[in-house]
Amino acid sequence: MQIRSMHFKGRASAAAADRVLQGKLATAKGLFVDGRRRAVAEIDLEATREASQAIRNRAVAHLDLWLERFEQEATRRGGQVLWARDGAEICRLVTDIARRHGVKKAIKSKSMLSEEAGLNAALEAAGVQPVETDLGEYILQINDNEPPSHIIAPVIHKTKEEVADLFARVHQKPRKTEIGEMTREAREMLRTHFLSADMGISGGNFLVAETGSVALVTNEGNGRMVTTLPRVHVVITGVEKVVPTLEDLATLMRILPRSATGQSISNYFSVLTGVKRPEDTDGPEHLYFILVDNGRVDLLGSDFQDMLRCIRCAACMNHCPVYQTIGGHAYGWVYPGPMGSVLTPLFVGIENALDLPHAATMCNQCGVVCPVKIPLPDLMRKLREQQVERRLRPWGERAALKLWAWLARHPSLYAFAAKFGVRYLNWLAEGGDRIRVMGVAPSWTAGRDFPTPEGRTFRELYKTRRNE
Amino acid sequence: MQDSRADILGRIRSRLGRTAENAASGRVEIEAVLARREQGPRPAVEADLAARMRVRSEALSSTVEEVARLEDAPAAVARYLAGLNLPSAAVAWPQLAGLDWAGAGLQVEGRAANGDDLVGITGVFCAVAETGTLALLSGPDTPATASLLPETHIALVPVSRIVTGMEEAFDLMRAECGELPRAVNFISGPSRTGDIEQTLVLGAHGPYRVHIVLLRDC
Repeated sequence: MQIRSMHFKGRASAAAADRVLQGKLATAKGLFVDGRRRAVAEIDLEATREASQAIRNRAVAHLDLWLERFEQEATRRGGQVLWARDGAEICRLVTDIARRHGVKKAIKSKSMLSEEAGLNAALEAAGVQPVETDLGEYILQINDNEPPSHIIAPVIHKTKEEVADLFARVHQKPRKTEIGEMTREAREMLRTHFLSADMGISGGNFLVAETGSVALVTNEGNGRMVTTLPRVHVVITGVEKVVPTLEDLATLMRILPRSATGQSISNYFSVLTGVKRPEDTDGPEHLYFILVDNGRVDLLGSDFQDMLRCIRCAACMNHCPVYQTIGGHAYGWVYPGPMGSVLTPLFVGIENALDLPHAATMCNQCGVVCPVKIPLPDLMRKLREQQVERRLRPWGERAALKLWAWLARHPSLYAFAAKFGVRYLNWLAEGGDRIRVMGVAPSWTAGRDFPTPEGRTFRELYKTRRNE
Repeated sequence: MQDSRADILGRIRSRLGRTAENAASGRVEIEAVLARREQGPRPAVEADLAARMRVRSEALSSTVEEVARLEDAPAAVARYLAGLNLPSAAVAWPQLAGLDWAGAGLQVEGRAANGDDLVGITGVFCAVAETGTLALLSGPDTPATASLLPETHIALVPVSRIVTGMEEAFDLMRAECGELPRAVNFISGPSRTGDIEQTLVLGAHGPYRVHIVLLRDC
């Protein structure tokens, strides 16, 4: 996918001014936040978060050994395990498989990695028709391959009227007005594709080392179609998605749907192991796993290793005040919200997504709701530090910091500057307890007031107190 | 291709500080994790698993009824279909094809489902009371398509096969099947989507309705 994260500020401002989008995001926020709150009340949330964190840490700590075990078990059951360093390699592997099996049409259930790789364009170029089958992803695909704006609710930014218009135009059928009717129409369009595709492409929520299986979570049932009906199934998943045992899956499945959509369990949870058995009457004859690096391996042993625990539930963006205001498109790549603000710079280069680690209020809502306890605000802060260390901040900010550092090394000058600053702010407040318009940064006070300082500087107050 | 594998695994090893020595101890450690099969924290589930199964299934928008024996199932299925004006022709797991469906006025074929089948009748491998979930295993007598392609899915669930949680379901699979089958499908109510305006719609790609017939004495 093309990276547009450098245009964050402009896109974020446009989104923040979009009233319709704000309404959509507010509704979705209510549903996701309340839903999660109700669903997690059924379990011992803190104990389950601890356990989930431990499972993911165990996997990452011996990632090489778990992957070797997974490969061994998957191969033993007729799967073929392939490895991809980057998006280009994913595209090459998938189009090779398609060619080998004479594939004309590939049905896809949601895979964020396929978005990272821009796989659909590569398939089309290779003469294979890719069909997205998750309702949201399907809507985006028929709308000129629009990018998703949320990792589990990809068309969260669209109203039903927009979808109705789009369906009427693309399906060439009378315009529907009810969401149920629209869903039925999409079901009928996609059913034909399900029954005629030669290849199914899915992501993987987890890989199980014990059994060489892939675990898939969906609500619509498209994941089951994609992995049951075509004769070839390709799983594309990050190397970090491996977990040791089926018991680990059971634990993670208590927290993933609850964190994501507020469901105690998703509709369909499939554990897929190997190819169709000789006596079976359904299931794919060929199974490929593509295990992908694309930036993940570099996080091992780095300051950002915690991020490898991520299970892509979207709780962080559902609870983020910044995401709630601007939606997902402003983030400019595959992953929005707090997890995207960390992953995008790490995957596409820190210099290509400078604003993202700053798109945070540091309120730590994301850290509190994360089911695997990733300290997202800490990671954003570390990215900010790296920007400073690599001199990637704007010259004005760097100069201001230099000035401050110089002042801090000169106590009497610092005291004088602070004194001057306080007097200046008091003068701005015109005797009140609020500053309505800040002279040096008027836009900062456009939407809020700044409290007036308590008359004197800290040092002055401290000195007075010592003398009392 | 082989180069990517060597490259990725090589970089993982070097980033983890892997040496021949700690690889050996690491292998011992992962074998221990696999042998221990440690469970996470479990929510409390009441002792009456059938009652829990019923309540949780209904919360997932499935419907539930109860009959005594497997032989009573065809009549119950026929009543359910007639009550909703649904067709009397169905596809069923070959495993269940021997029941007296014709005697209940139904035309049932034991085979995998295709896109034209409107009603699919299946059994279950077991059911999970904690969440009201059906666990189905794929196989020649239990094809996966029967619970997926038809608009209506009817599942016959012996009460003796209801287990507490997913952990017990996996234990049962290990004990009775050894290897996992191609597909273990945990099904929790009718297929659904909330993609358009986060409004819940039943019947996205899979069944619009799931009806569970509990078999009390099985």
